[in-house]
Amino acid sequence: MLLQMEGITKRYGGLTANDSVNFSLREGEVHALVGENGAGKSTLMRMLYGEEQPTEGKIRILGEPRAFTAPSDAIKAGIGMVHQHFMLFPSFTVAENIVIGREPKSGGKFDRKAAAEHVRALSEKYGMPVDPSAKVADCPVGVQQRIEILKVLNQGAKLIILDEPTGALTPLEVDWLLRAIRRLAAQGISFILISHKLHEVLGTADRITVLRDGKVTGTVNAADTDAAELSRMMVGRELAPFERKAANAGEAVLAVDRVTVRGPKGGKPLLDNVSFTVRAGEIVGIAGVSGNGQSELLQAVSGLRAVDEGRVALAGADVTNKDAAQFRQAGLAHIPEDRYLWGAAKEESVADNGLMGHVGSLSRRGILRKTEIRDTVSQWVKSFNVKTASLDTKAKHLSGGNMQKLIVAREMAHGTPFVIAAEPTRGVDIGAMETIHDALLKRREERGAILLVSSELTEILKLSDRILVLYEGKIAGELSAEEATEEKISMLMAGGGRD
Amino acid sequence: METLLDWSLLSATLWKVAPLLLAALAGAMCARVGIFNVALEGMMLTGAFTAILGNYWFDNVLLGVVFACLCVGALSLLFGYLVIGLQANAIVVGTAINFLATGLTAFSLFAIFGVKGQFRDSAMSGLPKWNIPLVQDIPVVGELLSGHTPLVYLAFLLVVALQFFLFRTVMGFRLLAVGENPVAAKSLGLPVRRYQYGAIVFSGILCGLAGAQLSLGQVTLFTENMTAGRGFIALVATMLGQSNPIGVMGASLLFGFLDTLSTRLQSFSVPTHFTMMFPYAMTIIVMLFFKDKSYLRQSGRLDSK
Repeated sequence: MLLQMEGITKRYGGLTANDSVNFSLREGEVHALVGENGAGKSTLMRMLYGEEQPTEGKIRILGEPRAFTAPSDAIKAGIGMVHQHFMLFPSFTVAENIVIGREPKSGGKFDRKAAAEHVRALSEKYGMPVDPSAKVADCPVGVQQRIEILKVLNQGAKLIILDEPTGALTPLEVDWLLRAIRRLAAQGISFILISHKLHEVLGTADRITVLRDGKVTGTVNAADTDAAELSRMMVGRELAPFERKAANAGEAVLAVDRVTVRGPKGGKPLLDNVSFTVRAGEIVGIAGVSGNGQSELLQAVSGLRAVDEGRVALAGADVTNKDAAQFRQAGLAHIPEDRYLWGAAKEESVADNGLMGHVGSLSRRGILRKTEIRDTVSQWVKSFNVKTASLDTKAKHLSGGNMQKLIVAREMAHGTPFVIAAEPTRGVDIGAMETIHDALLKRREERGAILLVSSELTEILKLSDRILVLYEGKIAGELSAEEATEEKISMLMAGGGRD
Repeated sequence: METLLDWSLLSATLWKVAPLLLAALAGAMCARVGIFNVALEGMMLTGAFTAILGNYWFDNVLLGVVFACLCVGALSLLFGYLVIGLQANAIVVGTAINFLATGLTAFSLFAIFGVKGQFRDSAMSGLPKWNIPLVQDIPVVGELLSGHTPLVYLAFLLVVALQFFLFRTVMGFRLLAVGENPVAAKSLGLPVRRYQYGAIVFSGILCGLAGAQLSLGQVTLFTENMTAGRGFIALVATMLGQSNPIGVMGASLLFGFLDTLSTRLQSFSVPTHFTMMFPYAMTIIVMLFFKDKSYLRQSGRLDSK
């Protein structure tokens, strides 16, 4: 055994984050760690990486008991971590990012040429192609992740912890990464893979350990289990079988007519003559490799970005190039793409974050009605099962999934005819995903019009009545729920028109 | 009758620019580790006063300069402790230090020397002027480059040294990494705080030198608030030069030249108060042009997880 974690318990005051957890890892093994948000996966990994110390329990590396008091101890013991939010220096080159901490030098001078050579050799050895002299800021997310993995390998890691590695990747990049993980495992590198995505875990891992409420609910061989069993172990109950009634779409609520958003001078337009409608009682899904105009489209139909040509109408009113407040007045609720940039104020309390956009209805003559605000928000917290210590907790202390649930609850409460749901379940666990999907479908039943943008094809396929695929700012194709398959969508996403 | 432009104008620029350049380099080092040092003004003023005080006490110019560096180094340690150790807002702390320096130097001036406004001791010697052999005999160039105080030469040497340090050495590379992304640097096990403290104390020492050049360079006296906003102009030079030592030097030379020009214009019966506005007006104009490009980092980035 390369790693044994025995009876690990971690208590913060009265709260037990990990309760006598056992976890082990063989050499060259990929061991996935799954569980809902707040199940204790991150806490367990932080202890392994030396960022926290266990209250009880032992960590053994190759049988030897070890105590890590800082990440540098863990790194020395051959443990590397690739964080969910990359730890890179955007203005430095790829080579500089990989060798930092162990730079080749001659008498204090940083030998950048040797660094580039070294990185080239390293990238060949592990079959992870990178351009050593490129600037990290110019690299796509998938390449940035490669850089992170190479950096960790360069530190001499034999055990790599990957925290939600596929969250920000495109489907092609995910595919590549999972195959790279298998290849490196065959070269003797061991992986701990933290993920929400069961199909990825099932296809990549050798063993899977499920955590729930800080306890291990089981460790199984990936070959002997399936997604249904894993979800049951994670959630602790059967998930309701998913049902979607046939669409019964009414009149158009959102009408986008030949909208164009020009790009930087000389470049291609970001949105090119895009027209579509979203009708009452239907969910329209937008698929596409990120960067093909989804963000611009979302911003154009929510008042966050001006369009250069074309019209946007919402619930019968022309709202072209109006501001966000006017869009909302006309009947928009918006679950934004980037929850921290557009959707929340990290430094403020849960109650205040819930209040955002509801100030009008929760105040009287300019004075906020505190009791009603707290009652309303605590009701949302209850119905969406948001895990928070209190309403006064700062939003930044909520996990991403719980923050997302709060935002969904807040936006759904507007009861508007039109809802934008952009990446509504990014980084959210299975239980929360079910809650959010149910909320969207319920709104559809109530004759709401919903525009769904997601990088998860499974989510698009599951919820949408019609699917539009964006490619280079244009609508490359439209598929009905009946005819859509993952293959057809992928083809359109890659720019291959309908045959 | 003087002409407006001649070689002595450029020579004067060199010594006028020295304190500005030293302070701007101090600001650049702080910016490079992610700390916005608005306390340059106060540190320079403290340096000017303690240089005179040290010179007066020890009766030795060199010891005076060393004393100034020690005092301002200590002051910068206070700034560092508040900003890094206690995570206080750098702008608030910097502003407080500026006011503290104004008050403390004025008070000490009276408490120690028993004078108000200005202290001057005709027996006191200032910094020596170095005449460079050979160079001083070359026409124009000699007039331009020779006969400055050691601190003027040191300021320009530091530009080269710091440029090399930041962009060629391993330690400089790590320092840049700390400023670029402190969280990532910490995750690599780099001693982030040590780099930040190091840069701040180094900047304190540079401000001590800047102050010493001001009070012991061209003149040998201390007047209340004698920095007169130079610390803030240095801050602008830092931003304009994108915290690159060579860029900072260029920006400092521009401001130093304007400062000299404004003095020169006074002998052309342009009202003094009008010409004194020059460097400051230019600062505002420059900021208008470079508002998007300023290389400015907030220390607040440390707490974003």
